[in-house]
Formats: sequence, C-alpha cells, structure tokens
Amino acid sequence: MPVILQLLLFPSAATLEVKNETLAIFNQDTGPHSIELIQRFAQAKAFETTVAVHDEREMQRMIDQQQAVLVLRFPETFSRRIESGNGPEIQAIVDGRRSNSGQVALSYLQEIIQSYQAERMLTATPQLQPASEVVVRHWFNPNLNNAWSIVPSLVAIITTISTLIVTALSVAREREQGTFDQLLVSPLTPRMVMIGKAVPALLVSVVQATIILLGGIFAYRIPFQGSFLLLYGSMIFYIIALAGFGLFISSICQTQQQAFLGVFSFMMPAVLLSGFVSPVENMPGWLQIVTWFDPLRHFIVIVKGVYLKDMGAWAVASNAWPLLVIAVLTLGVTDVVFRQRLG
Amino acid sequence: MLSLKSFSEAIANQKRNSPTFRRLFALCRKETLQIWRDPSSVLIAVVLPVVMLLIFGFGINLDSSRARIGLVVEDNGAEVQRFVASFVGSPYIDAIVGTRPQMEQALADGKIRGLVVIASDFAEKLDRAGETAPVQIITDGSEPNTANFVAAYARGAWQVWLRERAAARGQPMPPTLQIDARFWFNPSALSRNYIIPGSITIIMTVLGALLTSLVVAREWERGTMEALLATSITRSEFLISKLLPYYVLGIASELICIAVAVFVLKVPFRGSIVMTLLVTTFFLLSALGLGLLLSTATRNQFDAAQGALNAAFLPSMLLSGFIFEINSMPLPIRLVTYLIPARYFVNAMQTLFQAGYVPQLLWRDIGCLIASSIFFLGLTAKLTKRRLD
Repeated sequence: MPVILQLLLFPSAATLEVKNETLAIFNQDTGPHSIELIQRFAQAKAFETTVAVHDEREMQRMIDQQQAVLVLRFPETFSRRIESGNGPEIQAIVDGRRSNSGQVALSYLQEIIQSYQAERMLTATPQLQPASEVVVRHWFNPNLNNAWSIVPSLVAIITTISTLIVTALSVAREREQGTFDQLLVSPLTPRMVMIGKAVPALLVSVVQATIILLGGIFAYRIPFQGSFLLLYGSMIFYIIALAGFGLFISSICQTQQQAFLGVFSFMMPAVLLSGFVSPVENMPGWLQIVTWFDPLRHFIVIVKGVYLKDMGAWAVASNAWPLLVIAVLTLGVTDVVFRQRLG
Repeated sequence: MLSLKSFSEAIANQKRNSPTFRRLFALCRKETLQIWRDPSSVLIAVVLPVVMLLIFGFGINLDSSRARIGLVVEDNGAEVQRFVASFVGSPYIDAIVGTRPQMEQALADGKIRGLVVIASDFAEKLDRAGETAPVQIITDGSEPNTANFVAAYARGAWQVWLRERAAARGQPMPPTLQIDARFWFNPSALSRNYIIPGSITIIMTVLGALLTSLVVAREWERGTMEALLATSITRSEFLISKLLPYYVLGIASELICIAVAVFVLKVPFRGSIVMTLLVTTFFLLSALGLGLLLSTATRNQFDAAQGALNAAFLPSMLLSGFIFEINSMPLPIRLVTYLIPARYFVNAMQTLFQAGYVPQLLWRDIGCLIASSIFFLGLTAKLTKRRLD
C-alpha cells in the first residue's frame, strides 16, 4: 500500500518543472512589438496567467509577496527601437528565492524572443535566409516529462527503504525480544544468520521494485528500453550491498529505536547525494569522492540507464562493480562484528 | 508597605512552592536528564543537524554551473573552428570534442549531459544563399532540469558565434533583443541560497516530530507510564513536561543551523532573529504536537517512528516547496500542500533569509503555523487519558 501511494505521489510531487506560473508584465511601450511578444509569452508552457502591472511599486510587490516568479518591463521606447534597428532591452526581475524556476522560465522567454526575431528578419528581407538555425532534441525523454525521470529513480529508492528496514530492524528486534539468545545457542554460524536475514530482504525488495516497474510501464506508460536481465542482475548486487549496510547498522545497535535512527541517518544522505535531486557532477570534488561509497548513486545510474537509455552490458558492469566492492566491505565488517558478539 | 520587588518575589516564592510548579520542574528535569544521558538523542540534536545542513548545502546544487557538453564536428573549415571556439570559450560549458558514436555513448553513459552536432555539409550550407545550416543540440532528457540548462547554454554559445560571424562580414542582424534579468534577493542566482533556509525545516521536522514520536510511546513500552499515572500530575503538566525540553533542544539546534548556514555556507541572512525564533517556535510546537500525537495514539515506538516518517518527514521533503516546485504539482496535490505545516515554515525561512521582512507573507505563515499547533496539541491533549485502558 505505501508503495502504491509513493508511486502516485512522487512522480508528480518531486518535480523541478516550471508550470502554472504567473508572469507579470509592466508594459510602458505602446507599439506593436511588445504586444505581439506578450501574446507569445502568454502561450509559453510555463505560464498559466499573465498579469498586467502599472508601476514600479506594483512590480516590487508582485515579487516580494511571491505573486509572480518573474516580472517583465518593456520600456517606452521598445517598439521604436526595434523598428530603428537598435537593440532594446527587456527588463526582468526574478524572485531569487526561486532562482532555479526563474532561470528556466527565462530561458523559455529567450527562446520565444529568438524565434520572433528570426521571423521578423525573414519577413523583412525574404531573400536573406538565416544562415544557421538550432534544432534541439531531448533524447531518452523527448518531452522532458518529469515522471520519466522520477519513476526509474523510484525503483531504486523504494528498494533502498525496504532492504534497509528489513535487515537493520530484524536483528535489533530479535535482541529486544530475546530471541537472539536462542540463535546464539543454535548451531547456526554468524554467516548463516546473516544470509538468513539478507534473503527475505532480497525477496521483499525485488517484489516492491517489480511493482514500481510495472506501474511505470503500464500506468505511466514510460517505455522500458533496456534489458530486464541486466536490471534484475544488477539489482541483486545492489540489494546485497545495501543489506551489508543494514546488517552493519543492526549489529551495532541495541534497540529498534537506535536501529531506526541508524537507518534514517544512513538513508537521508544516501538519497540526497545519489543524484536523485541534483546531479552528482554539480557537487564539489571531495563530495563526489564520498558519493562513491553510496550504493544508491551507482544503482540510480543503472536503473535510469537501462530503463530509459537501453544501457549496454559493459556500461552496466562499469557501474555495478563499485556495488560489489561496497558489499564485500560492509559484509566483511559486519561479519567481524557479529563474530565478536556471537563468539 | 509592599515594594514592587518584594511583591514579585512573593509571587515567585509562591510559584516555587506551588505543587504545579514543583511537579512540572521535576518532570522537565527528568525528561532533560533522559535526553542528556541517551547519547543517541544528543547525536540527533547536535551532530545530525550540522551534518544534514552540510549535505544539503554542498550536495544539492541545481545550478549546472558548468555543463559538460560533447561536440561532434564532422566539418573542419575555419568557420567551424570559430564555432567550436565559441563553445570552448563559454564560461558555462565544459566542451569535449569527439566522434559521433563516442559522444552518443558518453551521453547514454551519463558522462556528458548534451551534445552539439555539426554535420559535414555545415560550412557549405552556411555559405550558399537560400540554405540554412542546422546545428543540432541533443540533451540527456533523463535529467530534465539539467537538459533545460544545457539547451539554453548551447543556444547562447551558438548565438555568440552567429553574431560575431555577422559582424565580421558586415551582414545585417536583427537587433539584439536581450532580457536583462535581475535576480532579486539572490543576485547570482545560487540555488543554495534558498535550499539551505528551506532545509532547516527538514531538520526541525526530524528533531521535532521524530524525537517526540518516541517519548510517550517509550513510557508505555517500558511500563513507566503506569508509574507516572499513579502520581498526581495533571494532563497538561504531563504534556508540557514532554514539550518543553524538546522545544529548548529544537531552538538550540535552530541557532546552530543558522550559525552554520551564515558562517560556514555563507548564506546571507537578512531577517530578524526575533522573527525567526517566533516562526520557529510555532513550527516546533506543531511538529512536536504531531510527534506527541503519534506517540500517544500508537503507544508503540516502532509504529510511532514510522508514522512520523510518513506523516512528517516525507511531506516536509516533498510537499513543502523547499526544492520541488509546488506550482508545478497537479491541483489535488497543490491543495494538500496547504495542510502541510512545513510549507509555511519553508516559505517563512526563505523569506527571512533572502528578503528580510515581508509582513504579509510572514504573518500569514505564522497564522497558519499557530492553527496547526493548536490542532495537533489539542488533539494530543484530547487523546491523553489519565487512566489505564
């Protein structure tokens, strides 16, 4: 049930798109060009409403009170200067509290202005074709649909949550309930106990990941481009690497509460630094090195790559081997800790 | 003749001796000792906020300040060299030159975020009248936000080249029509400047809701609730003793967070500290109230913590607008965000840090936070029974 809810909520909520915004315009120009441009701006996909403002104080208020993300001002001389071939300037004030949206909205406006200019050029001097033009294509996600980027990441994140909860809390619960002592006196070796804890996590996580995948393919209709074999193969590596972290947290915690906080303290940075929210390449160099130890960072690249880009076996392997290294490290440490506790 | 001073002393004396005050003091002392002696809660109150703030500060950066873009140049004339130079010279672009299959592979592997293709007949078409030489910009759509930046940067570099070319040949160009954009409050448009104030909300949510979600449930689980019930404390004394120590803890880590944000992460702070503490007080009361409510309702630490994660933490991450755009969400979800206290706190913190004092916004936020604290604390008080069921 929570999985379904997350599948519904995440793709539409976790968005950096710019939609339904208000564009405020202070037009001091009386010529035709500003009016033509404003009409085109109003049709941009980022803006739902355009509001006219009539003086500078109002401009300021629109931004201060967050009624618009962007206010444009066409100076009095705007149309005249266009006609005379001088470059007029449109002033824009952007709400710096939402500078990312502001920048994206600005780039939409800039695009509209460019095509307007190109059209004018063409009607003025039809014999002179523009020398060059730009064609933009977005590969792997032609309409830059947010859900296409979020659902594959969600496969990775949901697996993370379930694997960690199952592995980290299980040993702590046995300790709290006293059943851990029974395990101690049984002929099981620490390794067998660890495998016994990891296998259910693997099953639960694979099932949840499959639910998200099916939801992505059939409900969101995001075409699956790659190979299921590669995806599930690397998913097993990923879950083992994570189970290593989970069991390690479990082995050093006495109570479920501590284990829960341990999971939380691990998961929060793991998700934030994985490239899910913002690309790893935007982070400072030292932090990029730290993220190498974040299994989610590698797995998100694999899931997105296989799902959207039909990533090949070689590329998958080059992102999967760090998972193997992480798994060996964490399981090794956990093994030592377990042995001390059990022996 | 009773002077004012001795009068107030008399009141203080009476307060100290009144049973309410003594009980409250004892309970608060017990709760504080419990926080103090559990290393994990000190960890959560001091270490976790700082670590989280640093992660938010360094790890989340939406400004693709240098986009890695591959150039596929199938033509090698002088004009194309100049074109490439405009990309290499752009401060926003890290240009890599390669063959088409290489670059397409790099795009699929996520090593570059976009590529610009110049076909082999580019120079030829450029010079022939009546023909248009196309420049293809391909972005990695699997990262939509970055893709927008890449397309805009590449378009910018192309324009620079086009203008320089026209100028060199004395050709007419349409007048430059630029948008002269000013980012108010945040002139260099750094996403960090609004993400960090917003992320303080997440930290306060974790502190307020997650920690308190455990405290009443813990008393039930450990059986100490019965002992408390056997004493003569009243319901409100019990709740205040649970709130007060965590409130002080929350305010302390808020101050730590602001100090780290301003002095380590260099985020400008333009508001007043008093106003900030006022907003924080009401947000904390609402978060603490939610935590206590979950704890009281479930009487089980595990369920309460999970509830806090789902009812407090996730909404404050997803629906508060601290990174993700509320305006872009579908209408039903947008309506739900009005019920999330974190939304108002994020808004207030962003305004306080960046804009300073905007009374209309801040008082609306405070009003909504007061309403939600009354709701959660009231419900908790209603659920807190002074008997064993």
